[in-house]
Order: sequence, then C-alpha cells, then structure tokens
Amino acid sequence: MKSNFRKTKDLSLKVLYIMGVLIAIAPLVSVLWTVVREGYGALTPTFFTNTPAPVGEVGGGIAHAIIGSFVVVGLASIVAIPWGIILGIARSEFPKTITDNILGFAIDLFMSIPTLLIGLFAYGLIVMRMRTFSAWSGAFALMLIMVPLITKTTEEMLKQVPLTVREAGLALGLPRWKVILRIILPGSIGAVSSGVLLALARISGETAPLLFTAFGMRTFSQSLSEPIATLPVQIYTYSISPYDEWRSQSWGAALVLVMLALVVNGVTRALIGSRTRGKK
Amino acid sequence: MSAEFTPSPILQVENVNAYFSGFHAVKNISLAVPEHQVTALIGPSGCGKSTFIRSLNRLHEETEGATLTGEVRLAGKNIYTPGVDPVEIRRQIGMVFQKANPFPGMSIYENVAVGLTLQGGFSKVEIENRVEKALRSSALWDEVKDKLKKPGTSLSGGQSQRLCIARALAVEPKVILMDEPTSALDPISTARIEELIFELKKQTTVVIVTHNMQQAARVSDFTAFFLMGELIEMGITKTIFTNPKERQTEHYITGRFG
Amino acid sequence: MKHRQDILFKNSLGLLSWAFIAVLVAMILSLLHMSGLAWEKIGFSFFTTSHWNPVKHQYGVAAFAWATLVTSLLALLISTPLSLAVAVSVTELMKKRAGRVFGFFVDMLAAIPSVVYGLWGIFVLVPLMRTQVQPWLFENLGWIGIFSEVPYGVGILTASIVLAIMILPTMSSLLREVFQTIPLTQKEAALGLGATKTEMIYLSVVKSSKSSIVAAMVLGLARALGETMAVTMVIGNRNDWMKSIFSPAQTMASLIANEYVEATHDLHLSALALVGVTLLMISSVIQLVFRAIYARGRK
Repeated sequence: MKSNFRKTKDLSLKVLYIMGVLIAIAPLVSVLWTVVREGYGALTPTFFTNTPAPVGEVGGGIAHAIIGSFVVVGLASIVAIPWGIILGIARSEFPKTITDNILGFAIDLFMSIPTLLIGLFAYGLIVMRMRTFSAWSGAFALMLIMVPLITKTTEEMLKQVPLTVREAGLALGLPRWKVILRIILPGSIGAVSSGVLLALARISGETAPLLFTAFGMRTFSQSLSEPIATLPVQIYTYSISPYDEWRSQSWGAALVLVMLALVVNGVTRALIGSRTRGKK
Repeated sequence: MSAEFTPSPILQVENVNAYFSGFHAVKNISLAVPEHQVTALIGPSGCGKSTFIRSLNRLHEETEGATLTGEVRLAGKNIYTPGVDPVEIRRQIGMVFQKANPFPGMSIYENVAVGLTLQGGFSKVEIENRVEKALRSSALWDEVKDKLKKPGTSLSGGQSQRLCIARALAVEPKVILMDEPTSALDPISTARIEELIFELKKQTTVVIVTHNMQQAARVSDFTAFFLMGELIEMGITKTIFTNPKERQTEHYITGRFG
Repeated sequence: MKHRQDILFKNSLGLLSWAFIAVLVAMILSLLHMSGLAWEKIGFSFFTTSHWNPVKHQYGVAAFAWATLVTSLLALLISTPLSLAVAVSVTELMKKRAGRVFGFFVDMLAAIPSVVYGLWGIFVLVPLMRTQVQPWLFENLGWIGIFSEVPYGVGILTASIVLAIMILPTMSSLLREVFQTIPLTQKEAALGLGATKTEMIYLSVVKSSKSSIVAAMVLGLARALGETMAVTMVIGNRNDWMKSIFSPAQTMASLIANEYVEATHDLHLSALALVGVTLLMISSVIQLVFRAIYARGRK
C-alpha cells in the first residue's frame, strides 16, 4: 500500500505538470486571439490592393509590402531551394566524409547564428558596395537563412529511405546519381517539399535581417536595386508608429503572416507526421 | 568435385576475400556457378554467404569500409579488372533482396520499367513488352495487369517480392542473385516464389542464399555450404544432402549446429 | 564509386558543399573586417566599459552584454521548468492522442514570427506588466533590490517573458525526443518497485536525462541571446546599466537593430559590427558547448 502522503504528493505533482502545459499554451492562445481580434478588421479589400494612404485618410493598404515579401522571398528561394536540397542530398548520401563533417558543422553553426548577423553580413557584402538598400541584399540574407533549414529536413527525410532501396537501384545497373535523383528523391518528394514549405513560412516572418538590407519603402519598388517593403518590416515600423490606423494595419499584416505560418506548419506536420508514423 | 559440373559455368569465382573495415568476412572462396541452374548458398547466419553473394555483382564495395581481393569471371571476363564499370556489371547480374523493397512513389508499372527507362535507349513499345514479359515470368501479370498504375507499395508482401523479381528480370540479366528472398514471407508466398525460381532457370541463372535447408533442397541443383567465411563443400544438391563429404556439412545438415 | 558520371556527381555535390562552407568563412571575415576600425580605435576597453555615446565617440559593450545575459538567463529560469512539465506531461502523463495534440500546440509557438511576438508584447504584455504585475511586485517585494524601480511595462523582465515563450518550444521538443527514447523496461523497473507515477518520472525519466536537460538549456540560451525583434520591441531601448529587472535596457541584438540603420559615422557603424562579432563569438561558443553535451548525452 502506498501511503497517503505519497499519493497526495503524486497527485499534486501531476497537477503541477499539467498546469505547466496550460501555462505554456496560454501565450499561444493569447497571441492568436489578439491577432485575430485586432487584425480581422484591418483585412479590407483595399488592405490587399492599395499602398499606404496619408495619415488620416481611409483606404490605405499594404499591397506594396505583400508584393515586396513575395519578391524578396521568391528571389531567395530561387537559389536556396536547389542549393538546400543538393546539400541535403550530399549529407544523406555521402555521409562521414571530411567534406560532410565540415559541412555539418557549418550548417549547425549557421542555424545557431542570430539571423540579425546574417543581415549585417549582407549589408557589408552588398549594401555597402551598391551604396543602397535593395531587394537583392534582403534576398541574399534570407537565402542564407533558408539553405540550412532545407538541408536539414531534406537530409532527415532522405535518411528515412531504407538503404536496401538504394541497393536495389544500384543492382539494376543504374549509376548512383540516377538512383539518388530519379528514384530516392522523387520517392520522398512530398516530405522534402514539406520541408521547403516550412522554410518558406519561416523566412517569410524574418524581420531583423531585413532591417538594414531590404529596409522598407512607402510604395512599390521599381527595381530590385531599390529598397523594398516587406510584411514583417512593415509590421515593425507600423507597430512603433503613433497612428491607430497604422497599428491596425500592423495587426492585419501580423494576421496574414500568422495564418500563413500556422497553415503551412499544421499541414506539413500532419503530412510528415503520418509519414514517419506509417514507417514504423 | 569438378567432374560433377557438366553444365558450363557462367560465373567463376577465384580466391575471393572480402573485408569490412578489417573484418575478414569471406575467406579465399573459389567456386563455379553453372549456367541455367539454381545454385544455393547455405550455412548458419554470419557465415559470410550474404557478403559473398554481394561480391558477385560488385555491391559489396558500395558499403562503407568494404574491400575485396580475388577474381570473379562473368562468362570468362573478370568483373574486378580495373577499368570495368560496376554499373555495366550490375546490368548483367541482377539482385533480389531479403525484404521486398519496391521503389516508393512509383506505380507497379514504373517499378518494373525503371531499370530500362533510366538506362535509356529503349522505345516505349519495347519497354512495355519487357515489363509484361517480366511480370509474366514472375507470375504476377494476372494479379496486377488491371492495376499497373497503382503504387508498387500497395501490394502484399509476397506480391511485392515478386514485383522486385520482375523489376530485376526486366533488365534481362544473365545471372540473378537472391539474398534470402523468402525470409520475410509466409509459407504460401514462399512456395509461389520457390516455384518461380524453378521456372526462372530456363531464361537465366539463379544464385540463392538461404538459411532454410529444405528450401535449398527443394529449389537448387547445386549447393555450396559456408561456415565462418569459408566454403566447406560444394556439389550437386542431392549429394550434399544425402552423402556430404565433409563432417561439418553433415553436422549442419543433420542439425547438430547452426 | 568507379562510374565516371558518379565521380562527377559526387564532386559537384562536394563543390556546392564547400561553396556553403566558404560563405560561412566569408561571413566571419566580413564581420571582422567591418568591425576592424572600432577594434583599432577602442581596443579591449570596448568589452570592459559601458559608456555608449555615439556623439562623444564612446563605445563600450559591457552594459548590453550584461542585459543580454540577464534577459536570457531569466528566460531560461522561466522556460526550463515549463518545458520539463510539457515534455513530461506529453510523453508520460497524457494519453497518446492528447499528448500529440498538446505537443503540437506547444510546437506551434515556434511557428509564430518574432515580430508578431513583439507586436503582442507591445499591446498585451507591456500594459499587463505595467498595470498589474510590476506594481504588485514593487509593492510586495520592492524592498529587494531587483524589484525596486517604478514600473514602465517595458524592460528586462518583460523581454525575458517574451524570450521564455519563444525558446519554450525549442527546449520542450528536444526534451520530448529524449524522453521518448527512454526504454519502457527502465520505467517498468521503477513502477515494479512500487514507485508512484511521478516518482517513476523523476527516477527513470528526469534523472537519467540530466545531460539532455542541460543540452536543452544551452540550446534555449543560444536562441535567447540572439533573438532580436521581439526583444527590441519590448525592452525599452535604454542605453544604460540596468538598475532592477524592471529597468528599460538594451541587449546587444536590439542595439544593432535600433542603431545600425541610423548610424552615419564610420566608427559608430564599426562599433555596432563589433557588437555583432561579440554576439557571433558567444553564439558559436555556445553552439560548440551544445554539440559537446548533446553528443555525450546521445552515447
């Protein structure tokens, strides 16, 4: 028989543990609730189609920032997606070489470096040379943040494909590169693209590295060598502004970003999750 | 012993030694695999038979830290001569693995066709014909002909192993290696594959690794007994099982160890 | 690997791998180069002094380094017990399905962008701190030095709370992974001896995962030190030594975010880059420590 004291202690500890979970989730609920409550009203049609109106006038929007985010994230992806996938292939298919060890270290280090510093690097490399903030420099910073993320998921997903599938490909008299690119990679394309989507959602919300690269703009940019507005930076500049109208649009933009992040995360988690569970 | 080999050998193995990062897994093996026959490799687990069969199509070297010495001659030509492309060799020597491993994300048809499509140089009609032929040879055609577009992973265990056999056959290899192909299957599926192996020797040569002695006795014409990385004895299956020359073979067959 | 195309393939992958490694090296060199001027002009006293006055060309990082350390450690103090509670509940106490759902919710905390936490911080957490939490702490615990400042709402404690929320999913998911790999027999052994469920959790799960818990803390610390936007938005941005944990302050990251765009003088820009280099060194060292602990824990 367990003593009453131990039973009470057991129960109260359980309650404490569960309370910990509830406290941990409370901010999520609060953030989501506030973002929806404050942001919903801002999502008018003009929000998506117009550029900012002068303070005091109604009907302004942040179309320029939405387009800007697409441009910068799109530019970053053009390089980051193939590069990230290729590095993921390199790590999963040719592991434990000297190159792989150093690459693994570089990837881990890159993921631990504050993204702000990657922005600083892009400033030094591109902004200082071009003597202007630009979409290019913002895209460069985001690209460097994105590559390790894609590499990590691609590597993990490819490593789940059993070794014998690779051997079966080799045993058919196919060169290894064909086995990898035409059999292994297409076989995990769902999981790999989930990883890519997660990385896209993640960099869509990155703000710090864009502060002194893409910078910001009050209207549409005419060229990639110009400063360009993006959603996250727009949220930041509007949030510290004194105007209610702008703050409200800041919440609207936050709602857009949060929805994007939650949908992508939710869907891909469900996909990858069921996939890994099915394998066991 | 050589007097027993009336059929001409398609594979001749001479003094093959195989290592894994220093571990001597296969010790100085020499034997001949007769054409259009089924040769079974038996022995307790860890006796080196799997490593040995993987050295016959140069798959052994794809493992990290694996090395090999000796000669394996396919129709008289040493496949380990420097400059010989292992990819070319593996087109002529196919392989079926312990667990069925259909390619994920590919349909039944694509699974069988992939060896040809990725090799290139075959017309669509040619590929279609070869796929059908391979599926018929592996006794799978009637079961899958109406669902060729379904994913290869949707088949049952026995069916997917036959799919893997069809996949290997489609490339039309001279030899097909099987590494315990039925060890993960139920008795009925096993029986179907054994029948299949018997049929296959008309069009190709089969080398099969098995730890199931009854299976070796049922399907093979020749049997080689491995122990601790060494070849103890090889001969006509019937002789090996009824009148082995070596005491160790007799002990194994009568179940005194292993 | 003797096929010619395969050799070409492997070499191309190697080339692209080295290209990435080269970017990392270039980044480190570039930051060092950008901070060169400040290092030349200020020298080691940059790390030991705390006057930061661009007008008088005085640059010292000590106060910011201290505030960075304090906010990060406070965040860890809040986040560690919570992430342990989450990991334990989700893997041991809850039914499988409920565990998965709650685990998913906690993971979703990581999906929300930093700038959104900052926005939430400004409009929800800061008012709450100013009107409720800080006055109460001030009244009841004001005699302790660290609670002895009039409440602004923004400041060290508020930033720490936001940081704690942001590092919680990182820490708890690492712990969850570790707890899931603990063999059932190890748990059954404790239960078989008559331990209650929570005693079993302490004996078989928590106690045997000590190095993983430390690893999770190091990982959380690394994230907290470099976190920029949310902190910038709620810490109050005051370039001074903190007096209490309510003080508005400035972390190294928030300083760069605040001043880099507006800095015009070369020395100012270079000094900010030197702050960046300091941050880079700290986060690299922590990453190395994490790798060492994590690798040992996995053996």
